[in-house]
Amino acid sequence: MFDIDRWREIFQSINKNRLRSVLSGFTVAFAILLFTLLFGIVSGLSNSFKSAFADDAQNAMFVRVWQTSKPYKGLQTGRTIQLKNDDFNYVKDEYESKIQYQSARIYKNFTLKYKNEANSYSVRAVHPDHQFLEKTIIDEGRYLNEKDLQEKSKVIVIGRLIKADLFGEKPALGKRINMNGSSYLVIGIFSDEGGDNEERLAYIPITTAQMIYGNNDYISQINLGYNPNLNLDQAISFGKQLERDLRFKLNIHPDDQSALSVRNMAEANKNVGSFMAILYAIVILVGSGTLIAGIIGISNIMIFVIKERTKEFGIRKALGAQPLSIVWMVVQESVFITTIAGYLGLSLGTYLLSLIGDSLEKDYFIKDPSVSTGIVVGATIVLIVSGLIAGYIPAKRAANIKPIEALRAD
Amino acid sequence: MIRIEKLHKSYPIGKESIHVLKGIDLHIKEGEFVSIMGSSGSGKSTLLNIVGLLDIHDEGNYYLNGELIKDMNEKKAAILRNKFLGFVFQSFNLISYKTALENVALPLYYKGVNRKERLEIAMEYLEKVGLKEWAHHLPNELSGGQKQRVAIARALVTKPKVVLADEPTGALDSTTTDSVMDLLKDINNEGMTVFVITHEEEVAAQTKRIVRLKDGVIVSDELTKNTNSVSHV
Repeated sequence: MFDIDRWREIFQSINKNRLRSVLSGFTVAFAILLFTLLFGIVSGLSNSFKSAFADDAQNAMFVRVWQTSKPYKGLQTGRTIQLKNDDFNYVKDEYESKIQYQSARIYKNFTLKYKNEANSYSVRAVHPDHQFLEKTIIDEGRYLNEKDLQEKSKVIVIGRLIKADLFGEKPALGKRINMNGSSYLVIGIFSDEGGDNEERLAYIPITTAQMIYGNNDYISQINLGYNPNLNLDQAISFGKQLERDLRFKLNIHPDDQSALSVRNMAEANKNVGSFMAILYAIVILVGSGTLIAGIIGISNIMIFVIKERTKEFGIRKALGAQPLSIVWMVVQESVFITTIAGYLGLSLGTYLLSLIGDSLEKDYFIKDPSVSTGIVVGATIVLIVSGLIAGYIPAKRAANIKPIEALRAD
Repeated sequence: MIRIEKLHKSYPIGKESIHVLKGIDLHIKEGEFVSIMGSSGSGKSTLLNIVGLLDIHDEGNYYLNGELIKDMNEKKAAILRNKFLGFVFQSFNLISYKTALENVALPLYYKGVNRKERLEIAMEYLEKVGLKEWAHHLPNELSGGQKQRVAIARALVTKPKVVLADEPTGALDSTTTDSVMDLLKDINNEGMTVFVITHEEEVAAQTKRIVRLKDGVIVSDELTKNTNSVSHV
């Protein structure tokens, strides 16, 4: 396939006819440039959506309770629902295979004090699994563990910003802080991608909280991470089933959203997923339209070029060129131009995207726009194939013109 | 070398067809210098195109170098043209973006000769037509006579059996016409079969045999006085 003489012929032809080479290359380069920018910007949009949900685990489910809004089985409207350890264990036993992580949560607001610094913070009493559900990132020390829960230890994991408020630059790990009159040992410091509010929280063992504050088995909320082996539809139906079962267990009307609801990330993911799918479908449609326009552009130019070169082909044939050698010459030239020009368009597009970078994140929800290797490879293949087609069809026709007719052409 | 028997050719024009060649019989032996004379429309160009394998005949037989030309496809024709025939056209037909040397070397490229060798051979032939100094010039930097000499060098470079010249002097003034005809005579003197088409009496008079064509038939076929001086050498 590699024939140095033919390449020499092709380079000579490209070089001696610069205008038409540049023109046909420009069409392709421009089409690919638009294609790259379009794909890059949409992938930036998609990145924004993904990071908007980065705060919590993608498979998170939250069981929340409040007051009943419907009478049921003789019970009145306005009854406050209280979740208990029993409900937590019921969920754990009933759905073990469908659950990856499970944690209860109790909300408290306390004043935390270290030496002369004091401030009021939200405190969550949780199980160890909570770390994965909330995507808590441990910077120093450790998170809560089962032993803390069993021993009802007075230990606390504080957010990065609490540490900054109370300790400043000084180390906090291993120090004791005062919370509502009791002394707690700081065992860990965390950060969270969910923003400042999430980093101004403190976590304590749920058993400790139940013992010290009320001496009961109440919990505010149950957080779950469904088994990642479930697909979105299975996860959604699991959430619905959980909702039904808990309402039944707690004597709540089956349709009472206010008394008990399950917020399921799977539903949000499904919505975002179908939105992105539609967006990508549109982009693929518009993108391939752009590519096709580019291909048609280069085909037009090739038709013109070949008309212009008909006489030259006639001469070559009179001198002994076989039709196939003429077809190959044209096709190879066309593929060469499309590939080089396409590559230039692609590089320029990627470069522009990197210039844009994250500058559009705030106002336009476009985060880190870029094109994937798969798309780059795909576009390159499309280019080479289109160069083949753009060159082959008119070249085949030109090669089939009888030499005398070709020689007569002017 | 070339043997034609009862050759017929018609061209369709619209719904009708024009009968251009109406049964030509012609035999050209190796080493002959033949001119075909005729006014425009006499069929002389058609005859040359058929002889040059640029076109196909309808009826009759055509033998080139003893081989019956039949069922030609483009590929076979291209190989035979490259092997046996050299063309010289009225309008030179040089490729405009190639230098004189590259134009001359082109048939050798299609013959599969490597680059170094074909440029050497091409230079040899350019020297033979007296244009060695012009080897690296583009066609538009050459005069008409020079272009035609480049074209002749190109026709000769593959050492063909027959050189076919279609009005080779049609675009030239009388001085350059003479120099081109001298070149063709030299080639013929070296033993090459030369087949010229012309409508100029002075040009035909310099060949050794004149075939006159009128309305698709041969009206006369005679040797000229040049014959005796050279033909039996």
